[in-house]
Amino acid sequence: MNKKIIAFIIVLFTLQSCKDSKKEEISITSKNKEISDLSIYNLPSQWTTQDGKNIELKSLRGNVLVMVMIYTTCKAACPRLVADMRNIESKLDKTTKKNVKLILVSIDPVTDTPQKLKSFAIANKMNQDPWIFLRSTEDNTREFAAVLAVNYKQISPMEFSHSNIISVFNPSGELIYQQEGLGVDNDKTVTKINEEAKKI
Amino acid sequence: MKKYIFILTIIFFTMLTDFVRAQQARTVFIKEGSFIPLYGSVSKNPVVVKPFYIDVYPITNSEFLEFAKKNMPYRKSKIKGIFADKSYLSYWKNDLDFGNVNPKSPVTSVSWFAAKKYCECQGKRLPTLDEWEYVAMADTKKVDARTKKEFNEYILSWYEKSRTYENEIGKTFKNYWGVYDMHGLVWEWTADFNSIFLSGESRKDKSEDKNLFCGGASVNATDLMDYAAFMRYAFRGSLKAQYSTRNLGFRCASTTKP
Repeated sequence: MNKKIIAFIIVLFTLQSCKDSKKEEISITSKNKEISDLSIYNLPSQWTTQDGKNIELKSLRGNVLVMVMIYTTCKAACPRLVADMRNIESKLDKTTKKNVKLILVSIDPVTDTPQKLKSFAIANKMNQDPWIFLRSTEDNTREFAAVLAVNYKQISPMEFSHSNIISVFNPSGELIYQQEGLGVDNDKTVTKINEEAKKI
Repeated sequence: MKKYIFILTIIFFTMLTDFVRAQQARTVFIKEGSFIPLYGSVSKNPVVVKPFYIDVYPITNSEFLEFAKKNMPYRKSKIKGIFADKSYLSYWKNDLDFGNVNPKSPVTSVSWFAAKKYCECQGKRLPTLDEWEYVAMADTKKVDARTKKEFNEYILSWYEKSRTYENEIGKTFKNYWGVYDMHGLVWEWTADFNSIFLSGESRKDKSEDKNLFCGGASVNATDLMDYAAFMRYAFRGSLKAQYSTRNLGFRCASTTKP
């Protein structure tokens, strides 16, 4: 009998967890009927900014997003990736720049605490609009990378191997362009961003 | 009052059947160990795999149907484009009917997102790449059979066979851990499938910090003989999370006892 009761409780518990997720999804879809099938705003993950603020990606809706995945202790590729981002920022159309957010997402959430991101932002003079630094759980980060088709692997406690991809999202959160490689010609990326930002 | 008890009993038993069904997705315990994977270890240091649990079989069509029933957003016609490409469950007749395939054959044509969600719904997760490879290197008797000629021949001969995804689960060999179908049935998703860098592909977007991954995939290979594993890593390296293909299924794992 005891076993049955335990089984019953376990059953209740497992059913509960599955139902919860269902409820969550239904509420997400009903709240955002206009979100398209291909939008990153379908992702329910929670993120923290360099200011320790918790946000969902959805809260960035309505902006053109330029995103890159990096980690702050990175010595080789990331400084160049950050430079590439900065370079893009400097070429943005001044009149529509306010509609653009440039976002650096950490692939090393264990090391990159909000404080770490904050000091990285300050050290790189990026602690102001339009720059945003984000971190989440390792799971959410892996999922986000999957959406961006960014591959990464931790190869030692302080080192990651990772794809160098800068992704551009339209205000609805749909991926519209990806720039691959380090120090590549960014003219097309900039044009895409400016085009989208003008539409807002 | 009697009616009340009657209804409660019915609820109890429906839940119990659900429970029994859930129990069919049996898992086994995998002891902690270490191994040098074909690819991805730094300076040939062994990778430590912490103890975990893994499903004995890949997820079947009928199991996935149960999941689809409960999770509307993951049905064939409902899934969002960001979570799966057009070929998601392409061989299914419709949302709640997998058609003429064997209910006990592995579900395939599922995206990484759907596989991940399925496992989460079971209170589990997808196995990591290292966990999967660790379990997959065992034959019937040895934890690590990768150097055995017959073992590699078996795997490679499967890669040449077509449509093995139509077979029922549990018909290949039971390995050292009591796990079936790691080879011989379908390819499987892993949690961090997107951690592969095969420098052999001439894409320019990969960074090789400190050139650790430089020199092409083959140089990285700790065991060139393990061509079978190389095929798996290459396949994973070519995947995107939205992809769903007919020969790619999945099974779940768990860190704690499920």
